[in-house]
Amino acid sequence: MARNIQSLERAAAMLRLLAGGERRLGLSDIASSLGLAKGTAHGILRTLQQEGFVEQDDASGRYQLGAELLRLGTTYLDVHELRARALVWADDLARSSGESVYLGVLHQQGVLIVHHVFRPDDSRQVLEIGAMQPLHSTALGKVLSAYDPVAHSEALEADRKAFTDKTVCEPEGFEHILDVTRARGYAADVEETWEGVASIAAPIHDRRRMPVGSVGITGAVERLCRPDDDGALRPELIAAVRDCARAVSRDLGAGRF
Amino acid sequence: MTDAHTAGPFIAAIDQGTTSSRCIVFDRDGRIVSVDQKEHEQIFPKPGWVEHNATEIWTNVQEVVAGAIEKAGITRDDIKAIGITNQRETTVLWDKNTGEPVHNAIVWQDTRTDALCRELGRNVGQDRFRRETGLPLASYFAGPKARWLLDNVDGLKERAEAGDILFGTMDTWVIWNLTGGTDGGKHVTDVTNASRTMLMNLHTMQWDEKICESIGVPQQILPEIRSSAEVYGEITGGKLGDLLGGIPVASALGDQQAALFGQTCFAEGETKSTYGTGTFMVMNTGDKIINSYSGLLTTVGYKIGDQKTVYALEGSIAVTGSLVQWMRDQMGLISTAAEIETLALSVEDNGGAYFVPAFSGLFAPYWRSDARGVIAGLTRYVTKAHLARAVLEATAWQTREIADAMTKDSGVELAALKVDGGMTSNNLLMQTLADFVDAPVVRPMVAETTCLGAAYAAGLAVGFWNSTDDLRANWRRAAEWTPRMDAETRAREYKSWLKAVERTMGWLEDEE
Repeated sequence: MARNIQSLERAAAMLRLLAGGERRLGLSDIASSLGLAKGTAHGILRTLQQEGFVEQDDASGRYQLGAELLRLGTTYLDVHELRARALVWADDLARSSGESVYLGVLHQQGVLIVHHVFRPDDSRQVLEIGAMQPLHSTALGKVLSAYDPVAHSEALEADRKAFTDKTVCEPEGFEHILDVTRARGYAADVEETWEGVASIAAPIHDRRRMPVGSVGITGAVERLCRPDDDGALRPELIAAVRDCARAVSRDLGAGRF
Repeated sequence: MTDAHTAGPFIAAIDQGTTSSRCIVFDRDGRIVSVDQKEHEQIFPKPGWVEHNATEIWTNVQEVVAGAIEKAGITRDDIKAIGITNQRETTVLWDKNTGEPVHNAIVWQDTRTDALCRELGRNVGQDRFRRETGLPLASYFAGPKARWLLDNVDGLKERAEAGDILFGTMDTWVIWNLTGGTDGGKHVTDVTNASRTMLMNLHTMQWDEKICESIGVPQQILPEIRSSAEVYGEITGGKLGDLLGGIPVASALGDQQAALFGQTCFAEGETKSTYGTGTFMVMNTGDKIINSYSGLLTTVGYKIGDQKTVYALEGSIAVTGSLVQWMRDQMGLISTAAEIETLALSVEDNGGAYFVPAFSGLFAPYWRSDARGVIAGLTRYVTKAHLARAVLEATAWQTREIADAMTKDSGVELAALKVDGGMTSNNLLMQTLADFVDAPVVRPMVAETTCLGAAYAAGLAVGFWNSTDDLRANWRRAAEWTPRMDAETRAREYKSWLKAVERTMGWLEDEE
């Protein structure tokens, strides 16, 4: 068995020392209880403090457990909270892009649609909240697979069906797409799930930069892609999707990156 | 999004609301370009009393207008007009020579005029002025609030009789200040705000001499009643005069009427419902003044320039979003309002439980102040998730009851319900609404329907938009929920709900 990492063991001991009741301890108390030099103890405490696991009382200078420890147990962002925060921005994305907007989160081995804004024309459309989409072929699913490790492993384990002759199914090709997605900050799906349909999606992060969902637009290939030979996605649509994802992330407390 | 907004011109709208003042700049498509907002102090001098400092509000209005213009990165040449929507019924009296309010504004929620209203009812009761004004004698409305000020501020009656005092709801106060204040400010109100004073006759659209006398408000303090969409004057003087001088002030609408307008409910029978802490449902009744026998209010919807007045029926539900807040803050069953949906979705149905939140009595269509809240149908089987369902269903059933009352009074069946407000992000609630009301529920793409309504009216007044058809073309459906519940289930559930409602009544035995 590999040797344990001493500083992690010491950090764990400090957290145990501070745990239990309303305990606040000074640096020298902590150092002496654990048999550490003050400088060593201070270095570890400072690191824990930066991660939010330990907080220092301004007045007394004593240390106590940080709020981040409590949040560790409740990392889950309620999807309805996510929808409420995204509502205004998703409406605006639909308006500016002229396409329908979807918000998705990971659910089992697919993407669960938690919010849907109609395409802003007068056509009859059906609300698709609650529908599932595949992880490996849709833009929403690729974003989740690229940013969320749980989604990534689900996508690798899932049966990746070929919906069209453009669907990428084999693991190497899929991994490459995820690399590209991470590098560009958005994912695309041009007729990989439905013939004639394209989509663009970008990641939504919460205040701790955890990926909590993806938001994107879906519409006819002819409208999402340029009419020239390349048929590349329209850059202004990509920008609009990414703006929306950033705005929602900002509302959830994620800092600007 | 900023890309598409570089090209003007624009319309600005001020929303002078109960908790804050906002200004939003809109483009020709009705999209939001910029927003600025500032809260003002809620003053509670005694239990049941609520006041605002009108001077603070005017300062905030100037700041948010300047702020929104700055955020949009535009100048006065890009703004074609400015419109106003406001908290209704909140009343301020001020000295026309100094521009100083004589007292804090009395807010619509303030109940200090309860006794006065009972006294005014004399032997007739609540409905003494209903035929003329469409309103019951209740503490919300502005006329009795003005009378209270005249009675209770030292020397005010004499100053009013001497012609030194002006009355206004918040639209009037803001317009007077915008158009120059002591230096020739226009003393006007619009038909929708005037219809909430209890002083205007719905049939003549003028101040009713007899009622003014009965309530005790001298007519010389009252503003001129104008339409909701016309140029009242231009921005003149002060800080805003430097920034936006000369821009037409071109609309005023009470907040719920502005939402009706913003939702483009221009045809008879079209109805909107705004879901906030409480819910306000308004139905366009065209040129008909419909007397309600079901406890709804008859009010003015809007009036565009010299076109015919459009009337409306209004029903309000006191407790909707606030019931979700109650589950969060008082019961601690959820940690955020959005979680009510998560909890409710963890079960299939209400488990037999019904929640009637008659926290301060039952409002339309019952008007029973002796009622108090009830959770009925409890068994060992019921969990907090069932109660979460019952909470959402309470909002939907109360909407159904108002819709039924509107149909009964107007003879018009609800074809679709246009919704806005914070609770529209609750998908389960919206589906439940469609199921219970048995009509499609439609959410528009711009959530800010109140400000949008004021912007639309101002834009119509200056020809920025040509007609209400132009505005309809701007309206975009963001989502639509269609009824999925079978008629039998709906009827059975409605019956249970009505049984639960019955059980709230008569809880208070000795009404003071």
